[in-house]
Amino acid sequence: MDSHVQTINLNAYYGAEPALKNVNLEIPKKQITVIMGPSGCGKTTLLKTMNRFLELTDGTRISGKVLIDGENIYDPGVDVTEIRKKAGLLAQHPYPLPMSIYENVAYGLRIHKMKHGRELDQAVEHYLRVAGLWEEVKDRLRAPATGLSIGQQQRLCLARGLAVEPELLLGDEPTSALDPISAQYIEQRLLDIKNRYTIVLVTHILRQAKRLADYVIFMYLGEVVESGPAKDVFESPKQERTRAYLEGQF
Amino acid sequence: MNRRRFEENFFKTIMIISFLLVVGSLCFILFTVIVKGLPALNWAMLTQTPKGGYYLGKEGGILNAIIGSIYLAGGGTLLALILGLPIAIYLSVYGRKSRISDWVRLSLDVLWGVPSIVYGAFGFILMLAMGMRASLLGGILTLALLELPIMTRAMDEVIRMIPRDLEQASFALGATRLETAIHVIIRQTLPGIITAILLAFGRGIGDAASVLFTAGYTDRLPGGLLRPVASLPLAVFFQLGTPFPEVQQRAYSAALVLTFIVLIISLGSRWLSSRLSRYALK
Repeated sequence: MDSHVQTINLNAYYGAEPALKNVNLEIPKKQITVIMGPSGCGKTTLLKTMNRFLELTDGTRISGKVLIDGENIYDPGVDVTEIRKKAGLLAQHPYPLPMSIYENVAYGLRIHKMKHGRELDQAVEHYLRVAGLWEEVKDRLRAPATGLSIGQQQRLCLARGLAVEPELLLGDEPTSALDPISAQYIEQRLLDIKNRYTIVLVTHILRQAKRLADYVIFMYLGEVVESGPAKDVFESPKQERTRAYLEGQF
Repeated sequence: MNRRRFEENFFKTIMIISFLLVVGSLCFILFTVIVKGLPALNWAMLTQTPKGGYYLGKEGGILNAIIGSIYLAGGGTLLALILGLPIAIYLSVYGRKSRISDWVRLSLDVLWGVPSIVYGAFGFILMLAMGMRASLLGGILTLALLELPIMTRAMDEVIRMIPRDLEQASFALGATRLETAIHVIIRQTLPGIITAILLAFGRGIGDAASVLFTAGYTDRLPGGLLRPVASLPLAVFFQLGTPFPEVQQRAYSAALVLTFIVLIISLGSRWLSSRLSRYALK
């Protein structure tokens, strides 16, 4: 398997409480990997180790390695902003930046000095199209982003995240705050772009996992119980706990 | 049942009384200042400097004090902003929970409570040590010290209210804390920051005790950073202290002008912040 992200003996703690226990994983390149499990199993924690967001919470500690493209992102010399630029995040709840629709997408391109002038306009249009939002906002690019519906805001966040050209896209239950139609729309966008990005998605919705996943990681109480290609895990789980979860016993 | 109804009514009455007290005193102050100050207010008051000295000046105007006050409070507010905004950003973005932040907040809260005459005396001693006379610069420095804790703590409070997810939305794109502070946090909290600036300006322009020793007084227009400068609160103070009714009436005019300046600035900033908050996350 051609892996994009790899964790080696990864442990995470909130204070003295272990949240991840010795996680060893490989996440395949340019596929959708779904992390699933009951609440409190550490799936969001695992996701947050991949863009170094865990350290933004006080009292957290990590040991072990997370390799992206073979490079340990916890090495002392690593520039954390570069890591976060590489690993885009789609959060549970969309938070548009306090600026216009256009500026929301242009923001990342401006701070990384990636595009200027006409190129910037083209890039903004391009990523709004990729996120499936262009047709709805093309006449009001200068309007406040907060005026969009929550579903549109989440697509704006997708456009904004893709604009800085990440290789990896992390989704932390990105549809859980949305109405069913908007949720479906986001799912469709993720399927559209999966051949270009490595997507890691946390979800507690089993049906969503089945719809999207190429590769599945099942977690329970901070441990990885089982991981493998979606077909194998869903149809013939090797572990008893996975089977119980898939049958709805948690 | 009766006791509970009594309690409800009791606290409702107290609430209404306190409301009337607050609104009543505001109206009473405005009423006094307008009734006593308006008759003496004329074009000459606003456009001329005093004639015959500022203690006994029955003629001329208070232009010296108007311009002086604007220079003093404007300069003090600008200086406090230059120092205060970075402090507020440090407190709530960089050192959100650090021990240093706790100490800085505590110090600012204590400084907020220090009487302005103490700032005046402190500024005066400092100026003596530096061999400076009472001057515009001395007044600006003292007012900046007076305004700094008010402005910084007010800004700190609004910045702390920002949802952490908004901050993280910017971090997720690879922005540094400084970029996030400048482009996201300040934009999001701009209305609150403007309110903080206004609060500090209002305190600065209305304060008499801190400029008494440090800025001095003069019947001339401000003549440079190292020259003494007049101010409206002191104009009120000196004129009200004379035994002459005509001069006392001019004190009320000066108070009216001062109130009016504060009013214009607060309405202006309200308008400005509502325009600027168009993009902010509600």
